[in-house]
Amino acid sequence: MAWRRLVITLAVLLPLIGILAYGFMRDPRYINSPLIGQQAAPFTVTLFDGKKLSLDDLRGKTVFLNFWASWCPPCRAEARDLEAAWQRVKNSDVVFLGVDIQDTEEDARAYLREFDVTYPNGRDLTGKVAVDYGVWGIPETFFIDPQGRITYKHVGSLGTPLITAKLEEARAGIVSAKEGKGSYQTVR
Amino acid sequence: MSAAIGHLSVVAAFFLALWGIIAPIAGARTGKSRLFAATRAAILGQFVLVTLASFSLIYALVTTDFSIKYVAFNTTRATPVYYRVTGLWGALEGSLLLWEWILIIFSGLVAWLYKDKHRDLMPWVLMIFSIVSVFFLGVLAFVSNPFESVFPVPPDGRGLNPLLEDANMITHPPLLYTGFVGLTVPYAFAMAALIAGKLDESWLVTTRRWTLTAWFFLTMGNLVGAYWSYHVLGWGGYWAWDPVENAAFMPWLPATAFLHSVQVQERRRMLKVWNLSLIIIAFSLTIFGTFLTRSGILSSIHAFSSGPVGTVFLAFLAFVLLGSFGLLAYRADSLKGQPELDSMVSRESAFLLNNVVLVSALFTIFLGTIFPLISEAVAGVQVSVGAPYFNSVTVPLFLLLVFLMGVGPMIAWRKASWDNLKRNFLWPAAAALAGAVALFAWRIRDFLPLLGFTLLLFVVFTILFDTALAVRARRRLAGEGIFKALVTLARRNQRRYGGFIVHLGIVLIMMGIAGSMGYSVEREATLRTGESLSLGRYRILFEGLKGSQQPTHFRVEGTFRVFNEGKDLGTMSPALKFFPAQQSPVGRAVYRSTVTDDLYVILSGFSELQQNQATLKMLVRPLLMWMWLGGLVIVLGTIVAVWPSNKHSAVSDQQSAGLKADG
Repeated sequence: MAWRRLVITLAVLLPLIGILAYGFMRDPRYINSPLIGQQAAPFTVTLFDGKKLSLDDLRGKTVFLNFWASWCPPCRAEARDLEAAWQRVKNSDVVFLGVDIQDTEEDARAYLREFDVTYPNGRDLTGKVAVDYGVWGIPETFFIDPQGRITYKHVGSLGTPLITAKLEEARAGIVSAKEGKGSYQTVR
Repeated sequence: MSAAIGHLSVVAAFFLALWGIIAPIAGARTGKSRLFAATRAAILGQFVLVTLASFSLIYALVTTDFSIKYVAFNTTRATPVYYRVTGLWGALEGSLLLWEWILIIFSGLVAWLYKDKHRDLMPWVLMIFSIVSVFFLGVLAFVSNPFESVFPVPPDGRGLNPLLEDANMITHPPLLYTGFVGLTVPYAFAMAALIAGKLDESWLVTTRRWTLTAWFFLTMGNLVGAYWSYHVLGWGGYWAWDPVENAAFMPWLPATAFLHSVQVQERRRMLKVWNLSLIIIAFSLTIFGTFLTRSGILSSIHAFSSGPVGTVFLAFLAFVLLGSFGLLAYRADSLKGQPELDSMVSRESAFLLNNVVLVSALFTIFLGTIFPLISEAVAGVQVSVGAPYFNSVTVPLFLLLVFLMGVGPMIAWRKASWDNLKRNFLWPAAAALAGAVALFAWRIRDFLPLLGFTLLLFVVFTILFDTALAVRARRRLAGEGIFKALVTLARRNQRRYGGFIVHLGIVLIMMGIAGSMGYSVEREATLRTGESLSLGRYRILFEGLKGSQQPTHFRVEGTFRVFNEGKDLGTMSPALKFFPAQQSPVGRAVYRSTVTDDLYVILSGFSELQQNQATLKMLVRPLLMWMWLGGLVIVLGTIVAVWPSNKHSAVSDQQSAGLKADG
């Protein structure tokens, strides 16, 4: 009899303790971006060369949308990789677009010169674009498929293999389940 | 120097506690009673050493010895002395030391008070204390050491979190810890009874006052916490059903259930396994609370420091749960053979129902608290459970509880006759119904608040009616005046009348909650100077903003003139405080309390461009003040219940309650 009761006790308590232990394996503050799989919010930015660019103009193309700022070390870390990736794909149906947030124009231009960035870049003067995309720490990158749908979001700096893989997926319209994380720093 | 003394004391106490665990086991094996005496010495030794360690840390805090990391993180040279002392519970390591200190004070008191009593239980009681103590001392000695040094020694410290620099923060943590730790006493006695196989009611009778005391501190700890939240945080609320708040509240539920159900066991020898389970659950929840707070496994608005202690606390929690329930399962055979319920209409069943409701509330709150974990582990879905869930599941339960609070103390034991019911409840129920009609006619039309207030009235009327009858009897019997009769009654039956007063306190708290939950209104608007905002009978006129540099922060303060139905009540000046180390500003709560409602004013923003513009939020929260007054009433009731003046109170309680049941 005592054994049966002991087994029942264990059957109740062990799963409970297991659930609590499971808690150590997750980050309770992590929230998956609800934007993945949704239509990308439309916006228009003024590029550093003075032209205007709308996201709508890029429909039919795969878009690599990167939020950055000149004062952000992880942005600097990935800057050369982004430009190199752009050089490889610029003759295909892929467009890179950088959006500079919370920055001064002077610093931003110096940054673009320093890393020889040739793909289009614009400034989010009011912060509206960053808010629409739920940007909370930069760099953040959104991959948008030719139908204008966000297929993947990455927080933190990207490496070349990931850029290539996720661009392929975006081109094929494959939506990732979760956002990714690199080493990153929050806006503080 | 104090670091060395403190740390050495902790380590030495750790080994003494280990000895305190081994000695009674060895004593039981060999039959040498000297080893039992050693258990007691081990507790008293720990008491001396932990007290020394605590004073070392307090000394270091007061003298701002920044070579100790804990001191450097929790004080500055500018910190006033009293906040340096309260720095003892300003962060994790010191809080654990305070916990251990309170624990060992309780243990020492038990060892000292029951020196020659309960000879067969005491070695095991003290062993349980030593087991809990060895855990905390182990954490303090090896996992999060409050005496850890820092090098190079900083010229000045970082200081307490500014939100903690408040009088309520001086009292809230120690009150809560005392409540948590106090539950160790009945738990230790329960475990000792299980180990020794002495499963009669003696452990219950011995720990009755301890449990009530622990319950009192738990209640006050939660209430002061709510008051602090209302008074300091500046969001207009006092309870958010945040995991950390739930963690502090959850032990209160089984503790309250236990306070009631032990009376059934004392009188009817029923519910033995149930009572043991309740105290195990209550004690486990105190450990669970610290685990939840310090592990960071759930997202909480209370940002506590966490670290490796989370894992250690989980391991200890598992040990406590498995060990205690395993022992209970092992002994369950000898706990059988209890009487059955005689009738569904009796005090036993009212108390049983009260227990079921309290445990259901515990279960739903527990489930809601850890549901994000379950959901992610089982279904991989992220969810968050918020106030709407907790309110909708707990409100009906608490309403039922209020009803039982009216019924339980008056209904007869065993089987309530129709006569008994009629005599005790007819007039109070009629009066409560009349009250309900009056409330409805006045303006309370929503079902839940109306039901709530009616039930609260019912409780008050049952208590008044019962007391009035007893007073009348005394006046006839002894010819005493009303006041004298009340005092005699309370002294002859401390538990009953103390309990009544506590119940009245709970009624007031519930009234505050019902009023502020059901009838709060709020309005928010952006005003220019000279514009005003009205809400209910209040109107607020914006007079201007000013900024000033304070010693620790920059403050932007708005001046608002308040009118109550046109009458000028003077100005209120809510502010936003910008601390350099914090990202977002901290609001300064400003409110005006009256017996009918609180007016709470929050400066929620201001324009940086236009100096004459501010966003104001005003809230009117009816009856809120009664919550805090209810707390004071509970203090009074607890004092009446535990006051040690009357040695025969337990006996007379049984007699008078017995008379009531028979008559």
